[in-house]
Amino acid sequence: MGVPAAAVPSWFQRHRRTLFICSFLVAPVVLYLVYVISPYIQAFQISLTDWRGVSGTPNFIGLDNYRRLFDDSVFWKAVTHNAALLVLLPVVTIVIALFFAFLLNVGGAKGTSGIAGSGFYRVVFFFPQVLAVAVVAVLFQQVFRPDGSGMLNGPLMALGVKPIGFLSDPGIAFWSVLGVMVWQAVGFYVVLFSAGLASIPNDMFEAAQIDGAGRISLFFRITLPLLWDTVQVAWVYLGVLALDVFAIVWVMTDQHGGPDFSTTVMAAEIYRNAFQYFRFGYASALGVIMFFFTVGFAILSLRLSRRERIEY
Amino acid sequence: MSDTPHLSRRQLLRSAALVPVAGALAACATPAPQTPASTAPGAAKALEVWIFDGGFGHKYATDIHQPLFKTKYPDVAIKHNFTKEITKVLQPRFAGGNPPDVIDNSGANAMDFGALAQDGQLQDLTPLLDMESWDDPAVKVRDTLDPAVIEIGTYDGKFSVVGYVNYIYGIWYSMKAFKDNGWQPPKTWDDFIKLCETIKKSGKMAPFTYAGKHPGYALDPILVTAAKIGGKEILLNLDNLEDGAWKAEALKESATRWAEIGAKYLMEGTAGLDHVQTQTAQNKYQVAMLPSGSWLENEQRTTTPPGFDYAMFPVPDVTGSDKLPHGALHTQPGENFIVPAKAANAKGGMEYLRAMLSKKAAGEFSQLVSTVPTVKGAGEGMQLSTGVKSASDAYAAAGENTVYFRWNAWYLQLKDESAAATGELMSGRLTPDKFLERMQKKADEIKGDSSIKKFKR
Repeated sequence: MGVPAAAVPSWFQRHRRTLFICSFLVAPVVLYLVYVISPYIQAFQISLTDWRGVSGTPNFIGLDNYRRLFDDSVFWKAVTHNAALLVLLPVVTIVIALFFAFLLNVGGAKGTSGIAGSGFYRVVFFFPQVLAVAVVAVLFQQVFRPDGSGMLNGPLMALGVKPIGFLSDPGIAFWSVLGVMVWQAVGFYVVLFSAGLASIPNDMFEAAQIDGAGRISLFFRITLPLLWDTVQVAWVYLGVLALDVFAIVWVMTDQHGGPDFSTTVMAAEIYRNAFQYFRFGYASALGVIMFFFTVGFAILSLRLSRRERIEY
Repeated sequence: MSDTPHLSRRQLLRSAALVPVAGALAACATPAPQTPASTAPGAAKALEVWIFDGGFGHKYATDIHQPLFKTKYPDVAIKHNFTKEITKVLQPRFAGGNPPDVIDNSGANAMDFGALAQDGQLQDLTPLLDMESWDDPAVKVRDTLDPAVIEIGTYDGKFSVVGYVNYIYGIWYSMKAFKDNGWQPPKTWDDFIKLCETIKKSGKMAPFTYAGKHPGYALDPILVTAAKIGGKEILLNLDNLEDGAWKAEALKESATRWAEIGAKYLMEGTAGLDHVQTQTAQNKYQVAMLPSGSWLENEQRTTTPPGFDYAMFPVPDVTGSDKLPHGALHTQPGENFIVPAKAANAKGGMEYLRAMLSKKAAGEFSQLVSTVPTVKGAGEGMQLSTGVKSASDAYAAAGENTVYFRWNAWYLQLKDESAAATGELMSGRLTPDKFLERMQKKADEIKGDSSIKKFKR
């Protein structure tokens, strides 16, 4: 009381700045904790029980669900499908998107502008991105129909070719799913790469051309190295897409991931076990495994993408 | 001025931070401990009804059942709801301990009865059976029902599921197409093959199809044919997960026969079409026969051309020394109504079921949605459509020789495996032996899995 207030700053005044910053962080951090972190923790907790989703008193069963999971051939089949997508989806999508982006921006005759009509194509390529995944899935069910009404099989049958079971032949269905995912993803990455290309100074292309570079060496010597950062970002995005693919498989394929589980993925097995078999405990265990796969992928891709930037 | 709430920046932030916390406590994914609902004081309060809005729609509830219920209980406020997604809407209600009072737990997204029974979520409806029926105080509800309803609705010795509709399975065709072409519904397997040949050669339409995307449709005649050859215990053994049940000789014989149909007589593209597409193809006279059940006629109401005249025949005789005589039939009560054990007004829910099971309600229902009800005599004096008549006649002719199976409702994993494997069998990628081997393996797996509750019949 006797001490003058101005001489020693109060606790509040000393921490004013920190408090001010924290007050802004509280809301997003709480939201994140409640809606992201706590469900994760709950999933770990549920995965140790035999909860079937309807009772209020699940029993703790330790690691039984994880032990069971190792013998679940369907789940491991799903994992291999995710793994295949993890490799194929980014490669195919990035190659096609790079090709298109190159043509749209610097692939023209002069080498510094796009091919004729590139403004139009730019819009068209983006269309699939605008459609909801469920819409795309239903749309492609019709495209892939195995009779005369199918968009692909109709012309084939008119030519006297036997219809192809795009979704009904277990040997083909997975490739159909991959095809649809690529179809839908390419547009976005064309835009992403176009933006990357736009930030490359035009004089680089001009200089290379004066030195006699053709379109191909222009692409591999100038475009690709300068776009490398963007390609890496695309790789991570597409990897995540490949790991958590669900809706396209669940809606489009026969028997939700069939025929004969030939297209099923981890997320579909989680959903099937939770909401069809009512094995929420087991489904949570599958979710936990998927969590580790995803975290593993994230760490790996962060490690691999640490690389010197090219300054220009 | 003084009424204006003053909200400082800090208060605002504090309340903003608290909102999600409160929300999270309410929306917790982990189950909340449940307190049993207080004993229901009769039907005299609100009654919450959920109807599966599938092939039968939900109008029958608001137009027939609820007005009838109201005649006795005018003060009860009925909260009528309908959905195609029973599980999505109602599973959280069960987990939260406040399920509704009556549920039509049907359709592809129905809740797993095994899970509900395992957790004691199903109200024991035995008292309902012993109540006097709605129409006649001298007759108990038990005696108005097809006995199969009680048999099939019993889980763990407690009658808890009311199947309202009698599904009658068979091979469906158009009487018009058969009459115009001089084809006859076959009695024996040889006739069946001959008929398929004739149709194929005629070039007018394909002989046979099934919902290729949902191969369960093709599995049904395979199992019924097996039961016909080897007797009812074939299916009983499957249900009870007996060792080697799927390796029975009769099943092999049947699977071999049907695989031949799959190899030779299917409509082009069958494997990739669903039930709506194949049934529509039949309506367009592109295919002659398909396996389905007595809901088919109503399901196809909008696409069936006039004069199509649906009819069905039971699976044909196979060996000449089949254990079950000609006409043996798969019938099974479906459209399953339950009352949750923890419902706030479980007693009211039972009263609602009692009203539904009256002759008047069941009869009007069956006429509205053209189907065969499980309430005895409810169809009497009603104008029947050709399909319902054909199914009812087949049912009457079958007498004692009706069969059913329940493993596909008890063990959904086995059901999914059977769909996958049947698809492979019918498209020739699995031999009958491999098909049965695969089914046996999955059945053994389920038998050995302690986390899956087992049922017996």
